[in-house]
Amino acid sequence: MTYEKRSDGRRFDELRPIAAKVGVIPRAVGSAWFKIGKTEAYAAVYGPREMYPKFLQDPLKGCLRCHYNMMPFSGSGERVRPGSNRRSKEISLVMERALRPVVDLSQFPNAVVDVFVELPQTDAGTRCAGICAASMALADAGIPMRDLVCAVSAGKVEDKIILDLMYDEDSAEEGVDIPIAMLANSKEISLLQMDGMITKKDLMKAIDLAKKAVDEICDVQKTALKERFNVAEH
Amino acid sequence: MHEEIKHNIHSLLSKGTRLDGRSASDFRPVSIEYDVAHNAEGSARVRIGETEVIAGVKMEVMKPYPDTADQGSLMVNVELLALSSPDFEAGPPSGDAIELARVTDRAIRESKMIDLHKLCVTPGEKAWMVVIDVCTVNDAGNLFDAIALAALAAVKNATFPGFDGEKIDYHEKTDKPLPLQRLPISLTLYKYGKHVLVDPTQDEELAYDSRLTVAVLEDGSLASMQKGGDEAFSIDDLSEILDVAVEKSQVLRTAL
Repeated sequence: MTYEKRSDGRRFDELRPIAAKVGVIPRAVGSAWFKIGKTEAYAAVYGPREMYPKFLQDPLKGCLRCHYNMMPFSGSGERVRPGSNRRSKEISLVMERALRPVVDLSQFPNAVVDVFVELPQTDAGTRCAGICAASMALADAGIPMRDLVCAVSAGKVEDKIILDLMYDEDSAEEGVDIPIAMLANSKEISLLQMDGMITKKDLMKAIDLAKKAVDEICDVQKTALKERFNVAEH
Repeated sequence: MHEEIKHNIHSLLSKGTRLDGRSASDFRPVSIEYDVAHNAEGSARVRIGETEVIAGVKMEVMKPYPDTADQGSLMVNVELLALSSPDFEAGPPSGDAIELARVTDRAIRESKMIDLHKLCVTPGEKAWMVVIDVCTVNDAGNLFDAIALAALAAVKNATFPGFDGEKIDYHEKTDKPLPLQRLPISLTLYKYGKHVLVDPTQDEELAYDSRLTVAVLEDGSLASMQKGGDEAFSIDDLSEILDVAVEKSQVLRTAL
């Protein structure tokens, strides 16, 4: 079987249109909005603030905590029941791990930095969009960071290795979905998951597609951050 | 802290102004954006000043309730997202979230905004349920009005999904709107001493004496009410509040 054409007409190695904005939630310490195709994520950062419950406090460093949530009307199909579930808890956990390598919370013992990610509309790639938004929101909040984190999914549908899967590709029979987060400069991998079966050769090709896309995503993130702080583009 | 804000608000009001320079009866800029969530049957984003909320409508088919076997049903839910304020926490809905949802629900339900009879597919067996979820994005005060307006706008924006009598096809969007009969504008008036205010900011919400939320119809009649706040108000106060409500409902109605 050959995968001839994507339903939105994109090339197999092409990202959907991306937009980003920083400082969208005035009540938060830092915030950002990231949109890729029809998937849209808000991220808000609160803290560093005292960790509660107290037994979770780390006297050596602050803790990064993520909360991923889909708005009830954001999913394809039926209403998503509000509140956390097994899926959202796991995604929150892998998002924390995707972001931890770049943040330095050693100055904030016993504190927590909370990152809330909310999705008003989705078309696959929600954890990746959430990580892109969260990374910008952490920078906006002034949390010490050594790099930005960029995330995108790659994968395989039928015979083609593809970048940035949409819902119809993600849910395709025999489809392979690989969400990947990378540190923007070093291209080290901080999130890697996979659903589906693939050869090592194809996997490396998919990761290579994601690696090339990371620069494009990072440019959008940096432009949005510069706009927030009125830094002229050169 | 609250006492200090309260003192400032009162002294400014006696000079005819407020912390942000508005007069007592001025709204901040109100804007509505439709179709903001493509997976919802209807959606809208409302901004009142820096306050921002998103509402989405999802439609389901279910067995009607036994006491209203020939009618569809309605549900309103409010999510005070921890993303939108340092005062909100993740977890089950707070008392505030439940009050906001129920007050918004009553304005829609009691005004008979949606003709629930027309949502019935087969009496006693199948009827549409309209679920309205409103999520807060930024709480800079006056969530009552922002949430009610967003719920209204999302319902106005909604169309039925495809339905073959057995299964809903959420990917097929028909152009058939919901059966709407009228548009109840819900707004909330706040009393500070002898002054009546609309559209409070976050700071102003810390210091009011009492509030009244009232749903106003096109002809000026009233569909639902909810009093809040720790102080009582007089019957004369109520009369004044209702006059302001009817007049100011036009500000929100023209934004729709």
